[in-house]
Amino acid sequence: MAVQVRVPTILRTYTGGAKLVEGTGDTLAALFLDLDSRHSGLRGRLVAGDEGAELHRFVNIYINDEDVRFLGGLDAKLGDGDEVTILPAVAGGGVDALPVPSSRPGHRRI
Amino acid sequence: MRFDSLADSVGRTPLVGLPRLSPSPEVRLWAKLEQDNPTGSIKDRAALWMIADGEKRGLLTPGATVLEPTSGNTGISLAMACRQKGYRLICVMPENTSVERRQLLQMWGAEIRFSPAAGGSNEAVAVAKRLAAENPDWVMLYQYGNPANAQAHYETTGPEILADLPGITHFVAGLGTTGTLMGTGRYLREHVPGITIVAAEPRYGELVYGLRNIDEGFVPELYDASVLTSRYSVGPREALRRTRELVQEEGIFAGISTGAILHAALGQAERAVREGQRADIALIVADGGWKYLSTGAYAGTLEEAEAALEGQLWA
Repeated sequence: MAVQVRVPTILRTYTGGAKLVEGTGDTLAALFLDLDSRHSGLRGRLVAGDEGAELHRFVNIYINDEDVRFLGGLDAKLGDGDEVTILPAVAGGGVDALPVPSSRPGHRRI
Repeated sequence: MRFDSLADSVGRTPLVGLPRLSPSPEVRLWAKLEQDNPTGSIKDRAALWMIADGEKRGLLTPGATVLEPTSGNTGISLAMACRQKGYRLICVMPENTSVERRQLLQMWGAEIRFSPAAGGSNEAVAVAKRLAAENPDWVMLYQYGNPANAQAHYETTGPEILADLPGITHFVAGLGTTGTLMGTGRYLREHVPGITIVAAEPRYGELVYGLRNIDEGFVPELYDASVLTSRYSVGPREALRRTRELVQEEGIFAGISTGAILHAALGQAERAVREGQRADIALIVADGGWKYLSTGAYAGTLEEAEAALEGQLWA
């Protein structure tokens, strides 16, 4: 049950700088435990509440581009080949079309 | 149609069918053309409602100063409304915002205060909040948390769509301040049992997510996930591709965020076809493409356009 996980810049300290890591698990919760076994501390940044029972308020996670909060949250089911994207919640779209620093032109999205 | 003033002409925008992009006669897409509002975007609705609400509550009085973190459509809408009402408007935006944007806002009479480029839009919000605290007589309408933003859509966008499309099964819009989806979504849920409400959220280049700490994150105070059925993250490649399809297939020249919305709407259409369900899917065209021409979104290959968008908040 291999899953590709895209890690945002801010959390790459836990993945040795890697923006794409692989993990396994049939639910999101299981995937996080698996990731934490190789990238110690990562899970702690993604979950909150008693024993990590819920997603961190400012973390958005998508399975194949769909927000997991509408797929059962940490219980969301994963299948082989799924793509998981982790993103911090930012004020993006609301401040419509503000350009932000482009100090690295040509730098591409993960 | 005749109106007493430009502000009075906000809303009642056309809902047009997309016959070439709709997959079948049973699964149809309908576009709500919000670029037909006075300053060319859906934000005119929220801006007017927030100002009217501020007046009603006695916050806005003659000669008042309005403050808002925005360099985009909300700023333009507020500038138009404030000029007509005689209010002073101060927009807070990152210092690296394009000259084009500044000129557009200044033309409508807005003043500009800059926030550090490094913090992006989160920092613009923080600076605006600080300025509001330092100047207690200034009025920050604060589109992310002002219920009048969502109320505008509850009272206008929602009823307009339902009147034009009584058989509506899906509503798809962009997620920024969340005002459009919260207001329209709530109204439609109350009147159409079982309706599907879908959010299309732009996924930017990674520079936009460059917070120092996860705890610096931001979720608009207006956001209530229970209004939504699902929420999709749409990257620049898909948004650009759909923006181009919309103008090529249907002749609608829209901004890039509309491409993201169309992408999510087409996903719902495909699902309906697969499941053999009838569907009338209403989607929002948030603004026209004019303001985004200089981003390179409409020229060259998709790869070139995507590279040009890197690091920009394109929706």
